[in-house]
Amino acid sequence: MLAQVAATSPQPQLEARAVHLWRGEKHLLRGVSFALYSGELLQVVGPNGVGKTSLLRCVAGLLPTESGEIVWQGQQLPEGRDEFHRELAYLAHVNGLKAELTALENLRFGVSVRRAVTTEELRETLQLLHVEACADLPVRALSAGQKRRVALARIMLTRASLWILDEPITNLDKAGIALFEARIAEHMRTGGMILTAAHQLLLQGQPGVRTLELR
Amino acid sequence: MQSSVQTTPGLGKILMLVLARDLRLAVRHWDQVLQPLIFFVIVTTLFPLAISPALDELRKISPGVLWVAAMLASLLALESLFRPDVEDGTMEQWVLSGQPLSLLLLAKTLTHWLLTGLPLVLMAPIVGTALGMPQSVWPVLAATLALGTGSLSVLGAIGAALTVSVRRGSVLLALLVLPLEMPVLIFGARAVDLAMHGEPVAGPLNLLAALLLFFVSLGPFAMAAAMRISVES
Repeated sequence: MLAQVAATSPQPQLEARAVHLWRGEKHLLRGVSFALYSGELLQVVGPNGVGKTSLLRCVAGLLPTESGEIVWQGQQLPEGRDEFHRELAYLAHVNGLKAELTALENLRFGVSVRRAVTTEELRETLQLLHVEACADLPVRALSAGQKRRVALARIMLTRASLWILDEPITNLDKAGIALFEARIAEHMRTGGMILTAAHQLLLQGQPGVRTLELR
Repeated sequence: MQSSVQTTPGLGKILMLVLARDLRLAVRHWDQVLQPLIFFVIVTTLFPLAISPALDELRKISPGVLWVAAMLASLLALESLFRPDVEDGTMEQWVLSGQPLSLLLLAKTLTHWLLTGLPLVLMAPIVGTALGMPQSVWPVLAATLALGTGSLSVLGAIGAALTVSVRRGSVLLALLVLPLEMPVLIFGARAVDLAMHGEPVAGPLNLLAALLLFFVSLGPFAMAAAMRISVES
Protein backbone atom coordinates (compact mmCIF):
# COMPACT_ATOMS: atom_id res chain seq x y z
CA MET A 1 0.00 0.00 0.00
CA LEU A 2 2.97 2.20 0.65
CA ALA A 3 4.13 1.52 -2.87
CA GLN A 4 0.91 2.93 -4.31
CA VAL A 5 1.22 6.07 -2.25
CA ALA A 6 4.82 6.37 -3.37
CA ALA A 7 3.99 5.91 -7.02
CA THR A 8 1.65 8.89 -6.94
CA SER A 9 3.96 11.07 -4.86
CA PRO A 10 5.43 13.70 -7.15
CA GLN A 11 8.95 13.79 -5.72
CA PRO A 12 11.37 11.16 -7.01
CA GLN A 13 13.96 10.09 -4.42
CA LEU A 14 16.65 9.38 -6.96
CA GLU A 15 16.91 10.90 -10.37
CA ALA A 16 19.38 10.70 -13.23
CA ARG A 17 19.19 13.42 -15.85
CA ALA A 18 20.86 13.00 -19.23
CA VAL A 19 23.88 11.11 -17.94
CA HIS A 20 26.69 10.81 -20.48
CA LEU A 21 29.76 8.68 -19.97
CA TRP A 22 32.80 7.94 -22.11
CA ARG A 23 34.97 4.92 -21.49
CA GLY A 24 38.14 5.47 -23.47
CA GLU A 25 37.07 6.00 -27.08
CA LYS A 26 33.58 4.65 -26.56
CA HIS A 27 30.55 6.81 -25.86
CA LEU A 28 28.94 4.36 -23.46
CA LEU A 29 26.01 6.14 -21.85
CA ARG A 30 24.25 8.56 -24.17
CA GLY A 31 21.95 10.70 -22.12
CA VAL A 32 20.45 8.15 -19.75
CA SER A 33 17.62 9.48 -17.60
CA PHE A 34 15.43 7.81 -15.03
CA ALA A 35 13.55 8.57 -11.85
CA LEU A 36 13.17 6.25 -8.91
CA TYR A 37 10.36 6.69 -6.38
CA SER A 38 9.96 5.27 -2.91
CA GLY A 39 8.97 1.60 -3.01
CA GLU A 40 10.13 0.95 -6.55
CA LEU A 41 12.41 -1.56 -8.23
CA LEU A 42 14.12 -0.40 -11.39
CA GLN A 43 15.93 -3.04 -13.41
CA VAL A 44 18.46 -1.91 -15.98
CA VAL A 45 18.52 -4.33 -18.90
CA GLY A 46 20.48 -4.55 -22.12
CA PRO A 47 23.12 -6.66 -23.86
CA ASN A 48 26.61 -7.21 -22.41
CA GLY A 49 28.90 -4.20 -22.61
CA VAL A 50 26.10 -1.70 -23.01
CA GLY A 51 27.03 0.08 -19.78
CA LYS A 52 24.74 -1.31 -17.09
CA THR A 53 27.51 -1.65 -14.53
CA SER A 54 28.93 1.74 -15.48
CA LEU A 55 25.52 3.36 -15.00
CA LEU A 56 25.20 1.80 -11.56
CA ARG A 57 28.70 2.91 -10.60
CA CYS A 58 27.93 6.44 -11.81
CA VAL A 59 24.81 6.58 -9.67
CA ALA A 60 26.67 5.19 -6.64
CA GLY A 61 29.39 7.81 -7.08
CA LEU A 62 32.14 5.38 -8.03
CA LEU A 63 32.49 6.82 -11.53
CA PRO A 64 32.43 10.49 -12.45
CA THR A 65 29.95 11.27 -15.23
CA GLU A 66 30.98 13.19 -18.32
CA SER A 67 27.85 15.34 -18.13
CA GLY A 68 24.40 15.08 -16.62
CA GLU A 69 23.12 15.09 -13.08
CA ILE A 70 22.47 12.51 -10.39
CA VAL A 71 20.00 13.92 -7.88
CA TRP A 72 19.29 12.34 -4.50
CA GLN A 73 16.36 13.75 -2.53
CA GLY A 74 16.54 17.01 -4.41
CA GLN A 75 20.27 17.44 -3.90
CA GLN A 76 22.65 17.14 -6.80
CA LEU A 77 25.56 14.84 -6.07
CA PRO A 78 28.40 14.98 -5.14
CA GLU A 79 26.94 17.53 -2.74
CA GLY A 80 25.75 15.66 0.35
CA ARG A 81 27.68 12.61 -0.80
CA ASP A 82 28.25 11.20 2.68
CA GLU A 83 24.55 11.40 3.59
CA PHE A 84 23.69 9.73 0.30
CA HIS A 85 26.20 6.96 0.92
CA ARG A 86 24.76 6.32 4.38
CA GLU A 87 21.43 5.63 2.68
CA LEU A 88 23.04 3.47 0.01
CA ALA A 89 23.92 -0.21 -0.01
CA TYR A 90 25.93 -1.21 -3.06
CA LEU A 91 26.70 -4.70 -4.25
CA ALA A 92 29.14 -5.08 -7.13
CA HIS A 93 30.11 -8.12 -9.21
CA VAL A 94 32.60 -8.96 -6.49
CA ASN A 95 31.08 -9.77 -3.15
CA GLY A 96 33.27 -7.54 -0.99
CA LEU A 97 33.99 -10.35 1.45
CA LYS A 98 37.36 -11.25 2.96
CA ALA A 99 38.18 -14.86 2.17
CA GLU A 100 40.12 -15.37 5.42
CA LEU A 101 37.30 -14.18 7.69
CA THR A 102 34.17 -16.14 8.54
CA ALA A 103 30.80 -15.09 7.17
CA LEU A 104 29.84 -13.72 10.56
CA GLU A 105 33.07 -11.71 10.96
CA ASN A 106 32.67 -10.33 7.46
CA LEU A 107 29.15 -9.17 8.23
CA ARG A 108 30.12 -7.75 11.60
CA PHE A 109 32.93 -5.61 10.17
CA GLY A 110 30.95 -4.72 7.06
CA VAL A 111 27.92 -3.51 8.98
CA SER A 112 29.57 -2.04 12.10
CA VAL A 113 31.29 0.62 10.00
CA ARG A 114 27.78 1.99 9.42
CA ARG A 115 25.82 1.15 12.56
CA ALA A 116 25.93 -0.84 15.77
CA VAL A 117 24.76 -4.41 15.27
CA THR A 118 24.36 -7.49 17.47
CA THR A 119 25.51 -11.00 16.67
CA GLU A 120 21.93 -12.29 16.98
CA GLU A 121 20.83 -9.87 14.31
CA LEU A 122 23.61 -11.06 12.01
CA ARG A 123 22.69 -14.70 12.56
CA GLU A 124 18.99 -14.01 12.00
CA THR A 125 19.72 -12.37 8.67
CA LEU A 126 21.92 -15.27 7.61
CA GLN A 127 19.04 -17.54 8.58
CA LEU A 128 16.63 -15.56 6.38
CA LEU A 129 18.82 -16.43 3.40
CA HIS A 130 19.31 -20.02 4.59
CA VAL A 131 23.07 -19.75 5.10
CA GLU A 132 23.14 -19.87 8.91
CA ALA A 133 25.23 -23.05 8.71
CA CYS A 134 28.01 -21.05 7.03
CA ALA A 135 28.17 -18.40 9.75
CA ASP A 136 31.37 -19.66 11.36
CA LEU A 137 33.11 -20.94 8.23
CA PRO A 138 35.78 -18.90 6.48
CA VAL A 139 34.28 -17.40 3.34
CA ARG A 140 37.02 -19.10 1.33
CA ALA A 141 35.33 -22.43 2.07
CA LEU A 142 31.88 -21.37 0.81
CA SER A 143 30.43 -22.04 -2.61
CA ALA A 144 29.90 -19.16 -5.04
CA GLY A 145 26.17 -19.14 -4.35
CA GLN A 146 26.67 -19.16 -0.59
CA LYS A 147 29.11 -16.25 -0.86
CA ARG A 148 26.53 -14.31 -2.84
CA ARG A 149 23.93 -14.98 -0.17
CA VAL A 150 26.28 -13.71 2.55
CA ALA A 151 26.95 -10.60 0.44
CA LEU A 152 23.19 -10.05 0.09
CA ALA A 153 22.81 -10.46 3.85
CA ARG A 154 25.19 -7.52 4.26
CA ILE A 155 23.01 -5.39 1.97
CA MET A 156 19.93 -6.23 4.03
CA LEU A 157 21.72 -5.48 7.30
CA THR A 158 22.89 -1.99 6.35
CA ARG A 159 19.28 -0.70 6.66
CA ALA A 160 19.92 1.55 3.69
CA SER A 161 16.88 2.82 1.82
CA LEU A 162 18.50 2.56 -1.61
CA TRP A 163 19.98 -0.73 -2.77
CA ILE A 164 22.12 -0.68 -5.90
CA LEU A 165 22.77 -4.26 -6.92
CA ASP A 166 24.84 -5.36 -9.90
CA GLU A 167 23.41 -8.68 -11.05
CA PRO A 168 22.46 -9.71 -7.54
CA ILE A 169 21.26 -13.21 -8.35
CA THR A 170 24.46 -14.39 -10.05
CA ASN A 171 25.26 -17.92 -8.84
CA LEU A 172 22.03 -18.19 -6.86
CA ASP A 173 19.91 -21.32 -7.24
CA LYS A 174 16.13 -21.23 -7.71
CA ALA A 175 15.46 -21.37 -3.98
CA GLY A 176 17.96 -18.57 -3.40
CA ILE A 177 16.33 -16.37 -6.04
CA ALA A 178 12.90 -16.95 -4.47
CA LEU A 179 14.25 -16.07 -1.02
CA PHE A 180 15.89 -12.95 -2.34
CA GLU A 181 12.79 -11.86 -4.27
CA ALA A 182 10.85 -12.05 -1.03
CA ARG A 183 13.42 -9.78 0.67
CA ILE A 184 13.22 -7.33 -2.24
CA ALA A 185 9.42 -7.26 -2.04
CA GLU A 186 9.70 -6.64 1.70
CA HIS A 187 12.18 -3.81 1.13
CA MET A 188 9.85 -2.21 -1.44
CA ARG A 189 6.85 -2.61 0.85
CA THR A 190 8.63 -0.60 3.55
CA GLY A 191 9.37 2.21 1.12
CA GLY A 192 12.88 1.19 0.05
CA MET A 193 14.22 1.54 -3.47
CA ILE A 194 16.23 -0.87 -5.55
CA LEU A 195 18.22 -0.27 -8.69
CA THR A 196 19.63 -3.41 -10.32
CA ALA A 197 21.44 -4.45 -13.43
CA ALA A 198 19.92 -7.71 -14.48
CA HIS A 199 19.85 -10.33 -17.19
CA GLN A 200 17.07 -12.17 -15.45
CA LEU A 201 14.17 -10.00 -14.34
CA LEU A 202 12.96 -10.20 -10.76
CA LEU A 203 9.36 -9.86 -9.53
CA GLN A 204 8.01 -9.56 -13.06
CA GLY A 205 4.62 -7.90 -13.38
CA GLN A 206 4.45 -6.76 -9.77
CA PRO A 207 3.43 -3.17 -9.02
CA GLY A 208 6.33 -0.78 -8.64
CA VAL A 209 8.63 -2.92 -10.80
CA ARG A 210 9.96 -1.22 -13.91
CA THR A 211 12.72 -1.80 -16.42
CA LEU A 212 15.10 0.61 -18.10
CA GLU A 213 16.53 -0.58 -21.37
CA LEU A 214 19.95 0.59 -22.43
CA ARG A 215 20.84 0.48 -26.12
CA MET B 1 10.85 5.51 4.41
CA GLN B 2 12.99 3.15 6.35
CA SER B 3 14.83 4.56 9.31
CA SER B 4 16.83 7.31 7.69
CA VAL B 5 18.33 8.40 11.00
CA GLN B 6 20.82 5.75 12.02
CA THR B 7 23.22 5.98 14.88
CA THR B 8 26.51 5.99 13.03
CA PRO B 9 29.53 4.82 15.02
CA GLY B 10 31.95 7.42 16.32
CA LEU B 11 35.42 7.94 14.93
CA GLY B 12 37.15 6.14 17.81
CA LYS B 13 34.86 3.16 17.30
CA ILE B 14 35.73 3.01 13.61
CA LEU B 15 39.43 3.16 14.42
CA MET B 16 39.10 0.20 16.80
CA LEU B 17 37.00 -1.67 14.26
CA VAL B 18 39.58 -1.37 11.49
CA LEU B 19 42.35 -2.28 13.94
CA ALA B 20 40.47 -5.38 15.09
CA ARG B 21 39.68 -6.46 11.56
CA ASP B 22 43.19 -6.05 10.18
CA LEU B 23 44.88 -7.64 13.18
CA ARG B 24 42.58 -10.63 12.82
CA LEU B 25 43.38 -10.84 9.13
CA ALA B 26 47.09 -10.64 9.93
CA VAL B 27 46.82 -13.57 12.34
CA ARG B 28 45.16 -15.61 9.58
CA HIS B 29 48.07 -15.06 7.18
CA TRP B 30 50.98 -14.28 9.48
CA ASP B 31 53.52 -15.66 6.99
CA GLN B 32 52.94 -12.63 4.73
CA VAL B 33 53.16 -10.26 7.66
CA LEU B 34 56.57 -11.61 8.65
CA GLN B 35 58.11 -11.13 5.20
CA PRO B 36 59.40 -7.56 5.65
CA LEU B 37 60.99 -8.44 8.98
CA ILE B 38 62.74 -11.47 7.53
CA PHE B 39 63.90 -9.32 4.61
CA PHE B 40 65.30 -6.75 7.04
CA VAL B 41 67.25 -9.38 9.00
CA ILE B 42 68.62 -11.09 5.90
CA VAL B 43 69.76 -7.88 4.18
CA THR B 44 71.57 -6.63 7.27
CA THR B 45 73.27 -9.98 7.81
CA LEU B 46 74.59 -9.91 4.26
CA PHE B 47 76.82 -6.90 4.93
CA PRO B 48 79.34 -8.59 7.27
CA LEU B 49 79.61 -11.36 4.69
CA ALA B 50 80.17 -9.00 1.79
CA ILE B 51 82.31 -6.30 3.38
CA SER B 52 84.31 -7.58 6.32
CA PRO B 53 83.59 -9.28 9.61
CA ALA B 54 85.81 -6.70 11.39
CA LEU B 55 83.55 -4.85 13.84
CA ASP B 56 85.45 -1.58 13.45
CA GLU B 57 84.58 -1.35 9.78
CA LEU B 58 81.02 -2.55 10.26
CA ARG B 59 80.42 -0.05 13.03
CA LYS B 60 81.10 2.82 10.62
CA ILE B 61 78.46 1.77 8.13
CA SER B 62 75.94 0.24 10.51
CA PRO B 63 73.60 3.29 10.83
CA GLY B 64 73.32 3.57 7.07
CA VAL B 65 72.89 -0.16 6.56
CA LEU B 66 70.17 -0.43 9.17
CA TRP B 67 68.29 2.55 7.83
CA VAL B 68 68.44 1.57 4.18
CA ALA B 69 67.36 -1.95 5.04
CA ALA B 70 64.47 -0.65 7.15
CA MET B 71 63.38 1.64 4.33
CA LEU B 72 63.38 -1.14 1.76
CA ALA B 73 61.59 -3.48 4.15
CA SER B 74 58.85 -0.91 4.68
CA LEU B 75 58.58 -0.46 0.92
CA LEU B 76 58.23 -4.22 0.51
CA ALA B 77 55.44 -4.24 3.07
CA LEU B 78 53.39 -1.64 1.18
CA GLU B 79 52.33 -4.13 -1.45
CA SER B 80 49.99 -5.80 1.03
CA LEU B 81 48.58 -2.57 2.44
CA PHE B 82 45.62 -1.77 0.15
CA ARG B 83 45.82 -4.23 -2.73
CA PRO B 84 43.95 -7.17 -1.15
CA ASP B 85 41.11 -4.91 -0.05
CA VAL B 86 40.79 -3.29 -3.45
CA GLU B 87 40.82 -6.64 -5.22
CA ASP B 88 38.11 -8.28 -3.15
CA GLY B 89 35.85 -5.22 -3.22
CA THR B 90 35.95 -4.37 0.48
CA MET B 91 37.67 -1.05 -0.28
CA GLU B 92 34.74 -0.09 -2.52
CA GLN B 93 32.45 -0.72 0.44
CA TRP B 94 34.56 1.62 2.57
CA VAL B 95 34.47 4.33 -0.08
CA LEU B 96 30.67 4.05 -0.06
CA SER B 97 30.27 3.71 3.70
CA GLY B 98 29.53 7.38 4.25
CA GLN B 99 32.34 7.47 6.82
CA PRO B 100 35.45 9.62 6.35
CA LEU B 101 37.67 7.58 4.05
CA SER B 102 40.76 9.43 5.28
CA LEU B 103 40.18 8.12 8.79
CA LEU B 104 39.54 4.56 7.62
CA LEU B 105 42.75 4.58 5.60
CA LEU B 106 44.74 6.15 8.44
CA ALA B 107 43.51 3.41 10.78
CA LYS B 108 44.52 0.83 8.23
CA THR B 109 47.97 2.42 7.87
CA LEU B 110 48.37 2.48 11.65
CA THR B 111 47.58 -1.23 11.88
CA HIS B 112 49.95 -1.87 9.04
CA TRP B 113 52.70 -0.01 10.88
CA LEU B 114 52.03 -2.03 14.05
CA LEU B 115 52.46 -5.21 12.03
CA THR B 116 55.39 -4.28 9.80
CA GLY B 117 57.06 -1.16 11.24
CA LEU B 118 57.06 -1.92 14.96
CA PRO B 119 58.77 -5.33 14.56
CA LEU B 120 61.61 -3.55 12.73
CA VAL B 121 61.96 -1.11 15.62
CA LEU B 122 62.15 -3.98 18.11
CA MET B 123 64.49 -6.06 16.00
CA ALA B 124 66.89 -3.25 15.07
CA PRO B 125 68.93 -3.19 18.32
CA ILE B 126 69.68 -6.90 18.00
CA VAL B 127 70.69 -6.54 14.38
CA GLY B 128 72.64 -3.40 15.28
CA THR B 129 74.63 -5.30 17.88
CA ALA B 130 75.55 -7.85 15.26
CA LEU B 131 76.99 -4.95 13.26
CA GLY B 132 79.08 -3.77 16.21
CA MET B 133 76.78 -1.02 17.39
CA PRO B 134 77.35 -0.18 21.08
CA GLN B 135 74.51 -0.75 23.51
CA SER B 136 74.37 2.93 24.40
CA VAL B 137 72.99 3.69 20.93
CA TRP B 138 70.00 1.34 21.23
CA PRO B 139 67.51 3.93 22.52
CA VAL B 140 68.40 6.43 19.79
CA LEU B 141 68.27 3.74 17.10
CA ALA B 142 64.86 2.55 18.26
CA ALA B 143 63.55 6.12 18.57
CA THR B 144 64.67 7.16 15.08
CA LEU B 145 63.25 4.01 13.56
CA ALA B 146 59.95 4.37 15.43
CA LEU B 147 59.52 7.96 14.19
CA GLY B 148 60.98 7.23 10.78
CA THR B 149 59.06 4.07 9.90
CA GLY B 150 55.87 5.91 10.87
CA SER B 151 56.64 8.56 8.27
CA LEU B 152 57.58 5.90 5.74
CA SER B 153 54.27 4.11 6.33
CA VAL B 154 52.17 7.23 5.77
CA LEU B 155 54.15 8.37 2.71
CA GLY B 156 54.09 4.83 1.38
CA ALA B 157 50.35 4.57 1.95
CA ILE B 158 49.76 7.64 -0.26
CA GLY B 159 51.83 6.05 -3.01
CA ALA B 160 50.15 2.68 -2.51
CA ALA B 161 46.70 4.26 -2.79
CA LEU B 162 47.74 5.98 -6.04
CA THR B 163 49.22 2.87 -7.64
CA VAL B 164 46.83 0.23 -6.35
CA SER B 165 44.85 0.09 -9.59
CA VAL B 166 48.02 -0.26 -11.66
CA ARG B 167 48.88 -3.83 -12.51
CA ARG B 168 52.30 -4.70 -11.06
CA GLY B 169 52.58 -1.21 -9.68
CA SER B 170 55.32 -1.99 -7.17
CA VAL B 171 58.16 -0.58 -9.29
CA LEU B 172 56.15 2.56 -9.96
CA LEU B 173 55.44 2.75 -6.24
CA ALA B 174 59.16 2.62 -5.42
CA LEU B 175 59.95 5.33 -7.98
CA LEU B 176 57.19 7.48 -6.57
CA VAL B 177 57.85 7.06 -2.89
CA LEU B 178 61.61 6.63 -2.44
CA PRO B 179 62.59 10.19 -3.46
CA LEU B 180 60.04 11.58 -1.00
CA GLU B 181 61.46 9.42 1.76
CA MET B 182 65.00 10.82 1.45
CA PRO B 183 64.69 13.40 4.27
CA VAL B 184 63.57 10.67 6.67
CA LEU B 185 66.53 8.51 5.70
CA ILE B 186 69.00 11.36 6.00
CA PHE B 187 67.88 12.53 9.44
CA GLY B 188 67.38 8.99 10.76
CA ALA B 189 70.81 7.70 9.79
CA ARG B 190 72.42 10.98 10.86
CA ALA B 191 70.92 10.80 14.34
CA VAL B 192 72.21 7.27 14.88
CA ASP B 193 75.62 8.29 13.58
CA LEU B 194 75.77 11.26 15.96
CA ALA B 195 74.76 9.03 18.87
CA MET B 196 77.60 6.64 18.09
CA HIS B 197 80.05 9.51 18.35
CA GLY B 198 78.52 10.56 21.65
CA GLU B 199 77.14 13.82 20.29
CA PRO B 200 73.68 15.33 21.01
CA VAL B 201 70.93 13.93 18.80
CA ALA B 202 68.03 16.24 19.69
CA GLY B 203 68.22 18.12 16.38
CA PRO B 204 67.63 15.30 13.89
CA LEU B 205 65.24 13.55 16.32
CA ASN B 206 63.07 16.65 16.55
CA LEU B 207 63.09 16.97 12.80
CA LEU B 208 62.03 13.33 12.43
CA ALA B 209 59.18 13.91 14.89
CA ALA B 210 58.13 17.05 13.01
CA LEU B 211 58.11 15.14 9.72
CA LEU B 212 55.98 12.40 11.26
CA LEU B 213 53.45 14.90 12.61
CA PHE B 214 53.31 16.64 9.27
CA PHE B 215 52.72 13.41 7.34
CA VAL B 216 50.17 12.04 9.81
CA SER B 217 48.16 15.25 9.80
CA LEU B 218 47.98 15.80 6.05
CA GLY B 219 48.72 12.33 4.67
CA PRO B 220 45.27 10.81 5.28
CA PHE B 221 43.58 13.39 3.03
CA ALA B 222 46.04 12.62 0.25
CA MET B 223 45.45 8.88 0.78
CA ALA B 224 41.67 9.31 0.57
CA ALA B 225 41.87 11.45 -2.58
CA ALA B 226 44.27 8.99 -4.20
CA MET B 227 42.10 6.03 -3.26
CA ARG B 228 38.97 7.62 -4.74
CA ILE B 229 40.83 8.10 -8.02
CA SER B 230 42.03 4.49 -7.94
CA VAL B 231 38.58 3.08 -7.25
CA GLU B 232 37.01 5.24 -9.98
CA SER B 233 38.30 3.15 -12.84
